[in-house]
Amino acid sequence: MELTTVWFTLIAVLWMGYFALEGFDFGVGMLLPVLAKNDTERRVLINTIGPVWDGNEVWVLVAGGATFAAFPEWYATLFSGFYLPLLLILVALIVRGLAFEYRAKRDDDQWRARWDLAIIVGSVVPALLWGVAFANILRGVPIDADMEYVGGFFNLLNPYALLGGVMTLLLFLTHGAMFISLKTDGRIRGAARDLAFKAGLAAAVVAVAFLTWTQVMTGSPASAVAFVVAALALVAALVAIRMGREGWAFLGTFVTIAVGVGGLFLALFPDVMPTSLADGVGLTTTNAAATAYTLKIMTVVALVFTPIVLAYQGWTYWVFRKRIAVHHIPASVAPATSTGP
Amino acid sequence: MDVTDIARWQFAITTVYHFLFVPITIGLSAMVAGYETAWVRTRNPRWLRLTKFFGKLFLINFAIGVVTGIVQEFQFGMNWSDYSRFVGDIFGAPLAVEGLLAFFLESTFLGLWIFGWERLSPRLHAACVWLVHIGTVFSAYFILAANSWMQNPVGFRFNPETGRAEMTDFAAVLLNKVQLVTFPHVMLSAYLTGAAFVIGVAFWHLRSSRTDEDRDLYRAAVRTGAVVALVAGLGVAVSGDVQGKIMTEVQPMKMAAAEALYETESSAGFSILTIGTLDGSEEKFSIKIPKLLSFLATGSTSGEVEGINQLRERYIQTYGQDPGASYYSTGDYVPNVPLSYWSFRLMIGLGMAGAAIAGWILIATRGGRVPRGRTILYAAIALPFLPLFANSFGWIFTEVGRQPWVVFGLLTTENGVSPTVSTGEALTSLAVLTLLYGLLAVIEVRLMLTYIGRGADPVPDHDLHHGPDLDDHDRPLAVAY
Ligand code: HDD
Ligand code: HEM
Ligand code: HEM
Repeated sequence: MELTTVWFTLIAVLWMGYFALEGFDFGVGMLLPVLAKNDTERRVLINTIGPVWDGNEVWVLVAGGATFAAFPEWYATLFSGFYLPLLLILVALIVRGLAFEYRAKRDDDQWRARWDLAIIVGSVVPALLWGVAFANILRGVPIDADMEYVGGFFNLLNPYALLGGVMTLLLFLTHGAMFISLKTDGRIRGAARDLAFKAGLAAAVVAVAFLTWTQVMTGSPASAVAFVVAALALVAALVAIRMGREGWAFLGTFVTIAVGVGGLFLALFPDVMPTSLADGVGLTTTNAAATAYTLKIMTVVALVFTPIVLAYQGWTYWVFRKRIAVHHIPASVAPATSTGP
Repeated sequence: MDVTDIARWQFAITTVYHFLFVPITIGLSAMVAGYETAWVRTRNPRWLRLTKFFGKLFLINFAIGVVTGIVQEFQFGMNWSDYSRFVGDIFGAPLAVEGLLAFFLESTFLGLWIFGWERLSPRLHAACVWLVHIGTVFSAYFILAANSWMQNPVGFRFNPETGRAEMTDFAAVLLNKVQLVTFPHVMLSAYLTGAAFVIGVAFWHLRSSRTDEDRDLYRAAVRTGAVVALVAGLGVAVSGDVQGKIMTEVQPMKMAAAEALYETESSAGFSILTIGTLDGSEEKFSIKIPKLLSFLATGSTSGEVEGINQLRERYIQTYGQDPGASYYSTGDYVPNVPLSYWSFRLMIGLGMAGAAIAGWILIATRGGRVPRGRTILYAAIALPFLPLFANSFGWIFTEVGRQPWVVFGLLTTENGVSPTVSTGEALTSLAVLTLLYGLLAVIEVRLMLTYIGRGADPVPDHDLHHGPDLDDHDRPLAVAY
């Protein structure tokens, strides 16, 4: 396999990992106002992802860094082109990340309510916008002969892209509900199960529509296989959650998201950012790539360190495998108001 | 303002802001790791209390460090896309390695550390915070390697066909001679900053402690902090001195600007303070240490230091026509001289003042003493800010002094900016991030003060014997968000 293909694959894997992991973090965040009835229940939800959300988020940082290193042109065109959506995602990630850490640091209802809002908005916005961004990449955007994006902001808001955004939103919501049913106990667990099933049905409808559209538009036989596997996994997840098999159900949505994203990359290959202009130059794995030397170095680094990272991240999930319920949440010990020295 | 100016302001604001939290994260994680190790080894409860107390403050700081770092990661592509195209082959590699090696390590083990008090054995738990610290060290190494390459590009060739720089030697990029002095300098200044933070906080509590137990606790923190600060302060000065020589070699203009030295001089003195016009036309008053500049720049008191005017001629010959005309009133290869001059002095002055105060406090607290004077209290309260701002000025100096280049000798800053980003977009992002950062600063400082004010909590008995506690399924979590 050519090194550029190896790196295309690795970047696909990083995004698959990111969406399959942070996807449920976003889902948990979005479900905060839906599944929790009081503050203790909200804390149950937040603590299911407490120890792991930051590690999950690093997947996108590495995906960004790897794109910079392996396909500098792609990184440059994508990030300068999708400027405002990315800014929104950044703001969302900032307030959401801080909210987890700061929410419990003061015993004050208004303080907590504001951070809850930050978690909810900070989860909905990226869940939606990542889908919009990826759909636009697949669809092709106006890229001129200098490989610069010239489409502006509103070009990104087309029906296909919005459908992609709704799909990621619903999938992450379902994935989050599955995760909650797996990681909690008591009332929330039951509520999460019901919700996972309903949200999963909606997600399935939208996903089938979007993936079919994608397949017709730019698909390849390989992407068709991936989309079918993803769809079957989603059906299996829905069946499993109905039967009360939460572990299998979560695995199901995990596979749906990972394989579905993999399918999107397969549909894209060998392009990385096709152009919609007749006289434009689209970006491909060859014309956007770094030199063979850089790719070789990066390959060695990735092959050595990725297994190590996977091992210790996996271990974290093992350490925190216990379910959390309302009675596990300690009373707040935070000061009520700020009393600085 | 055009897009370049906006992008520069945004980069300057967001990086300086990010780097307010970074040195504290690096320095404080090491201090906390040290305290937890002392606890595991000696089982003296004071070390556990210090671990938990400073651990909390560390987390408040770390959270902002992380979220502001994300902006940095994406900003290169958003605002500096031509720069990214030009350097991606080289610059992207350390950035990606940083993510893979450092960020995963930091974030994963921090999660384990925060929530793992009753899930992991004491040794393993202490190992987690050490791994967080090691993560910060890796992070610093790789990002500084990227930055050092911009200061002194090595291990690459310019490909005229694509118009880009291409990497030819990764080892040379990682072992850049600028990197080899920058890394120790930045790490040591981070340790100085973290230790100064500990001293300031603990000294304030030491003075108001009512019990012997508390006094013992805060004294331990003050004194360990002071020792670290002194050693690190010395190291910062030594590494800075070496750095000055390398800098004179690779970017002589930066040294000339740092000293506002317009004409080449031998046995040049170092001015501590100059009142007059910095364009060199007139000097009204100055305090100079004879020959020090020559020594800093060349290692010999009689060495010749090139002046801005001579260097300007040389740069014009080497690099062709004037690249920076639109930015600088001087209209050429000369960076902003007043800013370089003052930021260089403020870096050294504030940082060294911090180390000096740490030394004073170390002496004043010897043999169980608790100094009562007002002056020392004010000095201790000011202490955490001195090295912190020294860090900011150090970066401002390094980056401003490199202008008009973004990659020295290869790419000017104005040629690195994204060509398709509109002024409106760039302004939106500058405004949004600046306002958000301002708001976060207020929240952070208030929270920090609250938690500093509370002091170290007593630890419950059960924690003193903490260990894996998996059997008791119904006990509340020890730590929860
Ligand atoms: C000398 C050290 C140093 C320097 C120069 C920088 N950083 Fe930084 N960065 C760190 C040292 C650090 C750290 C100590 O590792 C942080 C600070 C607080 C933290 O949480 O980790 C961090 C966090 C941090 C994060 C979040 C990591 C996470 O989620 O865990 C990102 C994405 C970046 N940084 C990226 C950057 C970029 C692109 C920089 C260049 C402009 C940069 N940092 C300058
Ligand atoms: C974290 C510590 C850092 C601080 C405080 C800092 C500060 C600054 C400042 C103040 C400028 C503006 C200079 C000017 O416009 O005159 C600047 C420019 C720049 N720096 Fe840094 N810097 C830091 C680290 C880095 C690192 C690690 C990199 C690269 C990996 C980097 C890349 C750049 C780039 C690309 C510019 C050009 C944009 C500009 O001129 O504004 N910086 N930096
Ligand atoms: C005797 C004292 C010091 C000397 C001689 C010194 C020297 C230097 C020099 C020459 C540079 C520029 C390197 C370059 O651009 O190539 C630098 C940068 C820097 N300094 Fe210092 N410094 C001193 C003290 C400090 C202190 C006390 C701190 C902070 C606590 C500090 C923090 C920094 C930082 C963060 C940078 C920017 C990163 C870098 O390029 O290394 N310095 N210093």
